Amino acid sequence: MKYIVAIIQPGRLTAVHEALAGIGIEGLTTSEVQGYGRQKGKSEMYRGAEYTVHFLPKVKIEIAVDANMADKVVETIKAASESGKIGDGKIFTLDLEAATRIRTGETGADAL
Amino acid sequence: MSKSFYSKLSLAGAAAALTAFAATPALAQEVPEHGVFILNSVLFLMAGFLVMFMAAGFCMLEAGLVRAKNTTMQLTKNMALFSIAAIGYYLVGYNLMYPLGDWSIDGVFSSLFPAVAVMESVGVAPEAADDIGYASTASDYFFQLMFCAATASIVSGTLAERIKLWPFLLFTLILTAFIYPLQASWKWGGGFLDEMGFLDFAGSTVVHSVGGWAALAGALVLGARAGKYKDGRVVPMPGANLPLATLGTFILWLGWFGFNGGSQLAMGTVSDVADVSRIFANTNAAAAGGSLVALILTQLMYKKADLTMVLNGALAGLVSITAEPLTPSLGVATLIGGVGGLIVVFAVPMLDKLKIDDVVGAIPVHLIAGIWGTLAVPLTNGDASFGTQITSIVIVGAFTFVVSWVVWTIINLVMGIRVSEEVELEGLDKAELGMESYPEFSK
Repeated sequence: MKYIVAIIQPGRLTAVHEALAGIGIEGLTTSEVQGYGRQKGKSEMYRGAEYTVHFLPKVKIEIAVDANMADKVVETIKAASESGKIGDGKIFTLDLEAATRIRTGETGADAL
Repeated sequence: MSKSFYSKLSLAGAAAALTAFAATPALAQEVPEHGVFILNSVLFLMAGFLVMFMAAGFCMLEAGLVRAKNTTMQLTKNMALFSIAAIGYYLVGYNLMYPLGDWSIDGVFSSLFPAVAVMESVGVAPEAADDIGYASTASDYFFQLMFCAATASIVSGTLAERIKLWPFLLFTLILTAFIYPLQASWKWGGGFLDEMGFLDFAGSTVVHSVGGWAALAGALVLGARAGKYKDGRVVPMPGANLPLATLGTFILWLGWFGFNGGSQLAMGTVSDVADVSRIFANTNAAAAGGSLVALILTQLMYKKADLTMVLNGALAGLVSITAEPLTPSLGVATLIGGVGGLIVVFAVPMLDKLKIDDVVGAIPVHLIAGIWGTLAVPLTNGDASFGTQITSIVIVGAFTFVVSWVVWTIINLVMGIRVSEEVELEGLDKAELGMESYPEFSK
């Protein structure tokens, strides 16, 4: 099993969700997060003074999938969230040791 | 108590009306007896509640332009200052402002001090009214009180996010009971500035610049917010809620029709009603001019339009037209307001260069645009002179600034006006009040 964590532009969430639903992904978790990468924040003006927003708003998506689905999920997220501009985000793939469905007690791939 | 000063004006109007009625007796039967008294009083009540709602405008503008952690405190200050103004103006302010020709120092200090405001008796008969040729005393009191409260509202925005509640309210009491009414008596009470020929129709100087001077003195004694000016740079602290700030600005814009229109002080003749109508239209034109100039200038200068400057620009346009909303044409009113918008766009960064921290831009809007509006009167009104306008601006400005600075300094020495840096970082809502504006938002 793999655990995929994607940090994307907030405006891309709907497109990513639709694309993932299209390849049969049945569940995911999202959260609103703030951070920076190579983009290093962004310059804005407020009442005639320039300032830098250091932490930009992003959306984090977390998905647990069977190992054979992992590459496809990463490609799908990439395709749906890519604008080509700096700040599009990153996707991390982690090994997932165990999973348990709370209601039924199923474990492993059956719990996904 | 008779309104001898204003009754001269309204008696002239009434005399003109009587002449007209005598020429057309049929018409006279259709106009109710004491029509001037009734219509003038109605103007004061209608305009008065429009000006009252400006308190909500100031409150929402400030609530929108402070950071979320200081919102409850800003709302608390606005509620309290409006209420304190009602007490200060009742106790001594009204009679200090309107000596009705009876001075203890001629043209400078009312003899009706200290004395509380008194209304006409319940169900007063026409012959027992204080001034049957003018308006009911309570309508006049109500209308004038709202101007006094507006002056206090101007101060709270500048000093937001770092001043303690109680020292601020103590200053508000002194401002509304003494500072505002005393200098207002020099013009609107028939004092020496009025004798000199100073013209300030609804108070670009008497209300707005006075609020601005008091705010400037407070900002100098209080100092900038922690971290606002760091290593020679200005660190912007964006407001938490621009929809509220915009709503507040529209409310002020609406209230200003009462502020300027009511200052005609009469609605009992065709010419008075026509003048009130001119004033409404000119007031709107000036706000539009100020708003558009700020919109275009920020787009040109910063490549992006800045809403907060557009809001300030509309208000500066309104302040600019307040000294003379009657005589300009619609086009000239738009231009006078437009200069107000220009003032805002340049004065806001200028104050930052001087490290004077004005959270909502009240000093550019009320003080600097107020000076401009007062100077603009002779452009369209031949009765005004630049010399008299400038002299009056300097006298009112010096008096208000010096007295305010002394009062702020004394309050600071006695009880301290500033919260600790720790409280400032945590936010005044949590630290001073223990009550957040949006407790269910996690951020």
